Amino acid sequence: MPEKLALSLEVNGEARTVHAWPMARLLDVIREDLGLRGTKEGCGEGECGACSVFLNGRLVNSCLVPAVQAQGAMLQTIEGVAKGEALDPVQQAFLQHGGAQCGICTPGMVMAAVDLLQRCPEPSEADVRDGLAGNLCRCTGYVKIVDSVMAAAQSVSR
Amino acid sequence: MAGLTEVGRSRIRAEGRAKVTGAAVYTDDAPAPPGLLHGATVRSQVPRGRITGITFGEGIPWDEFVIVSAKDVPGVNRVAMIVEDQPFLAEDRVNHPEEAILLLAHEDRILLEKARAAVKVAIEAEPAVFTIEQSLAAETVVWGQDNVFKTIRIAKGDAGDAWATAAHVIEGTYGTGAQEQLYIEPHAVVARTTAEEGVTVWGSLQCPYYVHKALKHLFHEPDDRVRVIQMETGGGFGGKEDYPSLISGHAALLSMKAGGRPVKILYDREEDMAATTKRHPSKTRVKTAFDAEGRMLALEMEFLLDGGAYVTLSPVVLSRGAIHAAGPYRWPVVDLTAKALATNCPPHGAFRGFGAPQSLFAIERHLDVAAARMGMDPVELRRKNLLRIGDVMATGQVVKEAVDLPGIMDRALEALDYHGRRAAHAAHNASGDPVKKGVGFAVFMHGCGFTGGGEAYLASVAGVEGTAEGKVRVLAASTEIGQGTNTMFSQVVAEALRIPADLVEVQQPDTKLVPNSGPTVASRTCMVVGKLVQDAAIGLKQAVVQSGLLKEPYTAADFQAAVAAFVEARGSLKAYSQYSTPPHIVWSDETYRGDAYGTYAWACYAADVAVDTRTCEVAVNDFVALQEVGRVINPTLAAGQIEGGVAQGIGWALWEKVEWREGRMANAQMTNYIMATSADLPRLRVLFEENPNPLGPSGAKGIGELPMDGPAPAILNAIQQALGTDAPTEIPLTPELLLDTLEAPHA
Amino acid sequence: MKGDVPACAVHTPANLEEALAFLAAHPDWRPLAGGTDLMVPFAAGRLPDFNFLNLDPLDELRGIELTDTHLTLGALTTYSEIRWHEGIRAAFPNLVQSAWVTGARAIQNRGTIGGNLANASPAADTPPSLLAYGAEVELRSARGARWVPYEAFHLGYKRTALAPGELIARVRVARPAPGAFHFYRKVGTRKAQAIAKVCLAAYGRLEGGRVAEFRAAFGAVAPVPARALAAEALVVSHTSADLDLDAVRAALAHDIAPIDDIRSSARYRRFVAERLFTAMLQDFLAHVG
Repeated sequence: MPEKLALSLEVNGEARTVHAWPMARLLDVIREDLGLRGTKEGCGEGECGACSVFLNGRLVNSCLVPAVQAQGAMLQTIEGVAKGEALDPVQQAFLQHGGAQCGICTPGMVMAAVDLLQRCPEPSEADVRDGLAGNLCRCTGYVKIVDSVMAAAQSVSR
Repeated sequence: MAGLTEVGRSRIRAEGRAKVTGAAVYTDDAPAPPGLLHGATVRSQVPRGRITGITFGEGIPWDEFVIVSAKDVPGVNRVAMIVEDQPFLAEDRVNHPEEAILLLAHEDRILLEKARAAVKVAIEAEPAVFTIEQSLAAETVVWGQDNVFKTIRIAKGDAGDAWATAAHVIEGTYGTGAQEQLYIEPHAVVARTTAEEGVTVWGSLQCPYYVHKALKHLFHEPDDRVRVIQMETGGGFGGKEDYPSLISGHAALLSMKAGGRPVKILYDREEDMAATTKRHPSKTRVKTAFDAEGRMLALEMEFLLDGGAYVTLSPVVLSRGAIHAAGPYRWPVVDLTAKALATNCPPHGAFRGFGAPQSLFAIERHLDVAAARMGMDPVELRRKNLLRIGDVMATGQVVKEAVDLPGIMDRALEALDYHGRRAAHAAHNASGDPVKKGVGFAVFMHGCGFTGGGEAYLASVAGVEGTAEGKVRVLAASTEIGQGTNTMFSQVVAEALRIPADLVEVQQPDTKLVPNSGPTVASRTCMVVGKLVQDAAIGLKQAVVQSGLLKEPYTAADFQAAVAAFVEARGSLKAYSQYSTPPHIVWSDETYRGDAYGTYAWACYAADVAVDTRTCEVAVNDFVALQEVGRVINPTLAAGQIEGGVAQGIGWALWEKVEWREGRMANAQMTNYIMATSADLPRLRVLFEENPNPLGPSGAKGIGELPMDGPAPAILNAIQQALGTDAPTEIPLTPELLLDTLEAPHA
Repeated sequence: MKGDVPACAVHTPANLEEALAFLAAHPDWRPLAGGTDLMVPFAAGRLPDFNFLNLDPLDELRGIELTDTHLTLGALTTYSEIRWHEGIRAAFPNLVQSAWVTGARAIQNRGTIGGNLANASPAADTPPSLLAYGAEVELRSARGARWVPYEAFHLGYKRTALAPGELIARVRVARPAPGAFHFYRKVGTRKAQAIAKVCLAAYGRLEGGRVAEFRAAFGAVAPVPARALAAEALVVSHTSADLDLDAVRAALAHDIAPIDDIRSSARYRRFVAERLFTAMLQDFLAHVG
């Protein structure tokens, strides 16, 4: 008979152990077992990016990661992006430039933007549009999201 | 605080910080209440027929399940809307393939899914209809006597011999497809039904009082025993206008049967796309007469909508579509017949624009077809015929506002460099390059607020209250669904009271705490409800002034102290305002004559496209959206609304195709229903012109739906110019359809 | 989420040897790499499998080796690793292109080349590139290893040459000649996060204006990713002057067998396949290395 795993992770810098089925989606582990509800489910098939998190530093769709493959991993979710009360420059830029409307894609979009700026600190608009293409937003037409990410890049590089 | 103006500032979204940090609480994010069960829906899977039996399969501990059927309904098993024809749960027959028949609940979601799959419903299939043409032919009647939900006639002027003597009579037929709203948060609701408290629902929804009304009928309960609370809502676009009534009823029925244990129903993406409402598909036949100079003489139109299996909102979608069908033009003669027709698809519903995008697509596309056939420039054809102050619209409404449509058109075209690019593209296209380029545009309007007598019928109420801290809290049922309601209300109230917007809060919509300010639809929240909120705020201030606690002029600190003192002394401070129709607005639902809307937002959108003739793919390389919207309350939020609507409009024009198979959506996945990614869209350019409107707060009009109307005709008109053929007349103009269109033998 | 999560068992081996031994004993256990393909039908309740062999920890299946003669990719190489590898970018542009257009960043970080081949979707983006480059795949089992030409790997719709107990271990591609012609184009449902409607990769070499070597392969227009063998044969050893383009097109029409589905039509796929192939040929024959 299948058994639950004792799944140990470093979650936003804190060691956590939860008991999860090996084929449970990391998304469900994050939301239900770790109680971090900022990570959203939009499609459940890796298309919308609302469930994006960092797993061992890499941006992934948490709906497509079985729990067993997160054993021992370092996990960062949207809750770990701000440093206490201090927003990350990406979050600040999303506020300032209207990058969030209904907000349901926003956590995933912020994760994707942080990922993009880590590997491409001075992106062109085309880089941003390519870098965020795995995150669907139905509200904005992406203009203000692109503006937000470009502004965040500038505020960091200044 | 003289000189402080909140309106016109890009104030940061009120709930923005919660959204960017992931702290905002959507329906599925709230901690699970004790005893929570999950609910699931068993659906017909047959488009039309008679239910002959239900079998519960082996291997499922059925005694652990809560099971609800139509027999369990305590009140009326009909969703209270315009016509009460849609059951919450099918009784003896089904009329579409996603119709709910049985509800199941269990605490184990995985077992619940197994159980759902183990229920077998036997249905004796009957003939069904799936298209507008089949429904109109009425060889198979699936609703009423003739499949017609609603017919609207709009007649203006006497054609006389216009048709016989016109220099040009031009006809065309135009079609639009269904479109999925595709809010990124699927439908979600939690309900608790107990003997003590009645029914309480928390959900992702646009219209708390629609749900409230539906639940009252379903449970046969009085107003005060039904409570609806809107949670943070991850997009709506019309998709969470009427369907939440159905899903809330389902969850509440399960909770009732479960003895008051709370029940959560979450649709996954596939169920959400397949089972819930979409934009009405349309077919429009247009016949126009012009004189030798291109002046409009007469317009004849037949505007048909596929309403799906039940009436739901179709009559009002049809109404808005019919009223917008003539476009912003001075037709002396209009003869329009509009019908909403029944098919055995899931009911089509509200989606941004609400019928107007469909009919405006037809007329704006037709004008470019007509211009080409008459050998006229599409810009000059429109210039000769655009509405001016004093002109009479199709319903007899006289244009009283100083609208400058030729100027709006010219400035939009200038922003795109329409004329320069048109010449450059003509040269490019002559070069033999397989990528053909074109520019196109559309001029249009969108009526603000409910159609006709709708606002008078609603008689909405909104209010404000003072808090113990001396702040002002807005009380309205109008929901924040991403469009910026919270922020806009804050700015409107702050402006009215001359206090900083930080001193304004917005109550989370909860029918126990807020009055019925009407549904969050129809581009009405800012213009209509915002005005009520503004008036209520002024009433609140007057009450404080009259009490002697506040003297004008005052500072923000004076105001805050006075409000706090008032609340301390009297216990509460509330002021309300109710809508009443201004006396100069007159409308008749019988004759369809009069002032269809208090005012309109006016616009011209222009697109620059490239068509790769090797792949039939269309790229939108530049897009200008210029509109006159009264007064802009918050430029960043307003531009965000327009940009999002334009993106949805581009998707509707080119990619977003629902693949129907016998009334079912066969591509109900985000992988296979194609909305744009950031890589598919250009930088959308939004321009506002201001012309304050006395009906709205600080001169604002409604803008939510407007941006859906223009992109599709602008893009198809640009494609006509790129390819030198007027053949594309249907959307979504997928590469497959464009290929078929180009290779079709010419009529 | 409709997958029967509690019913599923996962075996996580310590190393490749143990994995192969386990698979020999349990040939019906489904290998699970990055999960980007398998988790979709699993979550939708459409995957028939309940038992999974977790390949994720097998470092033996990782790594990119680029020598003077060959590129060898461990089966667990991700699209991101391919996309951002400078050496691959220089020598195998088609591979970089196909990794670039597979899903988006989060998919590219998890999806693996081995998983992509084993999943055997006819619409996958990488197979045409590998076919055009004449790749080989190494299949390993407890019984040993064998190299199979990639063009012999796909046997039919979702059927592969993998025998029970076998895993894809590596993919190997010979380094193309300097100055060779590379072509990759995907026509998908949108510009990113798209499923291909037609995908074409080609590789070729001219000697004195004459075609010395040429391979072209399509995705999404047949039950398997496949080379356009008949059309290729009419191109090899010709020049732009003596190429019979009509005959090539006629041959191409027989090389492919597209279908109507919810993503596109057979007619459209044929039209685009022919236009892309023709445009590609024109570029090729005009190619200056």
